Amino acid sequence: MSDLPLIQADRAVPPPAATTTNGGRGRRLRLLSRTDRVVVTLMVLVPLLLVTGLVWLPAVATVLLSGTNWDGIGPISEIEWVGAKNYDDVVNIYPPFVPAVQNNLLWLAALFVVATPIGMFLAVLLDKELRGSRFYQTALYLPVVLSLALIGFIWQLIYSRDQGLLNGVFGGETDWYGDPNVNIWAVLVAAGWRHVGYIMLLYLAGLKGVDPSLREAAAVDGSSETSTFFRVVFPVMRPINIIVLVVTVIESLRAFDLVWVINKGRNGLELISALVTQNVVGEASRIGFGSALATIMLAVSLVFITIYLWTVMREDKR
Amino acid sequence: MSRPRSQAEYLARLVPPSVAGLNRRSLLAGASGAGALLGTGLLAGCGDSDSGSGGDAKNVSLGSNQSDPKPKDVVAKVMDGFKTSSGVTVDINTVDHNTFQENINNYLQGKPDDVFTWFAGYRMRFFAAKGLAGDLSDVWGKLDGYSDAFKKASTGDDGKQYFVPASYYPWAVFYRKSVWQQRGYEVPKTLDDLNTLGAQMKKDGLNPIAFADKDGWPAMGTFDILNLRINGYQFHIDLMAGKEAWTSDKVKKVFDTWAGLLPLHQPDSLGRTWQEAAQSLQQKKSGMYLLGLFVGQQFSGADLEDLDFFTFPEVDSTIGAKALDAPIDGYMMARKPKSKDAAQKLLTYLGSKEAADITVKNDPSTLVANSGADTGAYTALQKKAAELVGSATEIAQFLDRDTRPDFASTVMIPALQQFIKDPKDISGLLTSVENQKKSIFTS
Repeated sequence: MSDLPLIQADRAVPPPAATTTNGGRGRRLRLLSRTDRVVVTLMVLVPLLLVTGLVWLPAVATVLLSGTNWDGIGPISEIEWVGAKNYDDVVNIYPPFVPAVQNNLLWLAALFVVATPIGMFLAVLLDKELRGSRFYQTALYLPVVLSLALIGFIWQLIYSRDQGLLNGVFGGETDWYGDPNVNIWAVLVAAGWRHVGYIMLLYLAGLKGVDPSLREAAAVDGSSETSTFFRVVFPVMRPINIIVLVVTVIESLRAFDLVWVINKGRNGLELISALVTQNVVGEASRIGFGSALATIMLAVSLVFITIYLWTVMREDKR
Repeated sequence: MSRPRSQAEYLARLVPPSVAGLNRRSLLAGASGAGALLGTGLLAGCGDSDSGSGGDAKNVSLGSNQSDPKPKDVVAKVMDGFKTSSGVTVDINTVDHNTFQENINNYLQGKPDDVFTWFAGYRMRFFAAKGLAGDLSDVWGKLDGYSDAFKKASTGDDGKQYFVPASYYPWAVFYRKSVWQQRGYEVPKTLDDLNTLGAQMKKDGLNPIAFADKDGWPAMGTFDILNLRINGYQFHIDLMAGKEAWTSDKVKKVFDTWAGLLPLHQPDSLGRTWQEAAQSLQQKKSGMYLLGLFVGQQFSGADLEDLDFFTFPEVDSTIGAKALDAPIDGYMMARKPKSKDAAQKLLTYLGSKEAADITVKNDPSTLVANSGADTGAYTALQKKAAELVGSATEIAQFLDRDTRPDFASTVMIPALQQFIKDPKDISGLLTSVENQKKSIFTS
């Protein structure tokens, strides 16, 4: 597409009120050139189709399927409706469900209370332009870049009971991945390791954007480093703080890959996402039952998404 | 869920679907379910259109799950043999072993290859009953060299055959001859012998029984063999088919017996892979290991020659010790092959002595199902394994092949791991299994 129509459009754009008056089909609307209208239509339609096709349809289909006992075999017409049976089974007779919910919550708490603050702290340290800060930055960010398969493998080398680094060095016999009382913490360390780097980078970018004159002013007023951070820098970084919070919540809800790599989300490492996959994907094909689990997860996610959107929109109104 | 055949495959399997190209978000939203819904509906609809039965087709397609270099090579050689003998070319479509298994539902409902690799067992019968596999009774009329046990394992619920066995491997208790000679251990004949032997090994500083269940399936082998020894083959199969109650005293007895043996098992099994357990046997830290013949992959050279096995000892003298797990791999035909004639010709060849001979010559790690094959090239271990299976009165296929795959993977794996974690609450565990079984089997 040439630049020409866009330039024309720029010239042709009337004051905003022109398009909003009624009888818009009239002469004034044509001020938008044909190309403009095609572009605008496409810009609305394509994302709309993508969102509908890739997000809303699957989501609605999941909710609908959760009321059936479909096993992935046979035409749609043969799908049998079983009502809330899947939900009843999930809650009452499916032993991994309760641990999964607990583990998801634990995951959220661990990332929120431990990993995120450490990431923020490291970002503040790196922002001080220490010697070799580039090196630290790279080292800390590396886990985010590595593929999960590789991360799973690295930690397997560290945690293996008989051949692992940890037991090898300290001579212990702890079954890091197998003991259900221990493995969730071992995995949380691995997850936190990655999360810290991610948060650090996000926060560092934000810190670089803080106006240095604010700090100078604080220093001139005799404020200490700590109180400058908490009373000046931290409040100024409110948008970044919200993003960090949201990222933390999202990361803990969609936590999946690490436990899947380790033991497919069993034996102490149950997560709702892993249970969905166990049931839906693969030979098991308990699609109805798995969809019920997915719907529960969707409902939980919606709570957080709603809170986030509500906050953001209220912010915009101000 | 299959057993990884090599370290490489095991590692490849560590790659989660999210990394292997599946969009994670759509996965979590359950979109894969919806995708499967749309996909299979459409495919099932148009699958009917190509029901031609060409008379003398010049090629036939084969869907193969033999994705490792060695077995893949063997398949290619067997197909070459078929081309030489019949003049029909085989197009081999090889798919990664695990992917093949996970996609089998969609695969069979879409446009499957004329002939495809699969396993004997419940799942085979299930596909046959759903009309997703072709009747092979005619082919079986032309086959010989198969024992009744193999024929039984190839038969669907309607009494017709749907499967041609190619190879198999038995599950048994493996040990190192040198260790046993040095310490003067003797092969146990009964459960009491096994307990005594285990106690002696403990005294000698060995783990009596190597054990690993991180991946969930190896413990199924222990359950199977105990159930076969305590309650017999028929009860085991009925239990797997959902016809018997898990809360019955018979099943309780299996878990009670297992709980009694657990102290002899290598501790902390839930964090260990079978490869690591096999290595503990190889390194002479463990005395014995109940696993499939593929345990030999962790041994090489002189160590492999030092490997020997015995079948799990008798528990109840009225039941005996003649049944065992010996999963059979083989071939099935699509419900509507492009050329039924060519597909049947291929299957007849795959079940023949010639095809078995090619396999024996090229692959030392499996046993061929056709007893007419020239097994002179077998290693001592292979010969003994073939004898063991040959003398078996009944052959089970392993828990995850003998029952519904959803029940095996979403109920039995967590349940067995729970039992290993906490062997005390057996009745609570079995009540939970029974409740889930009722829900799954009646749906």
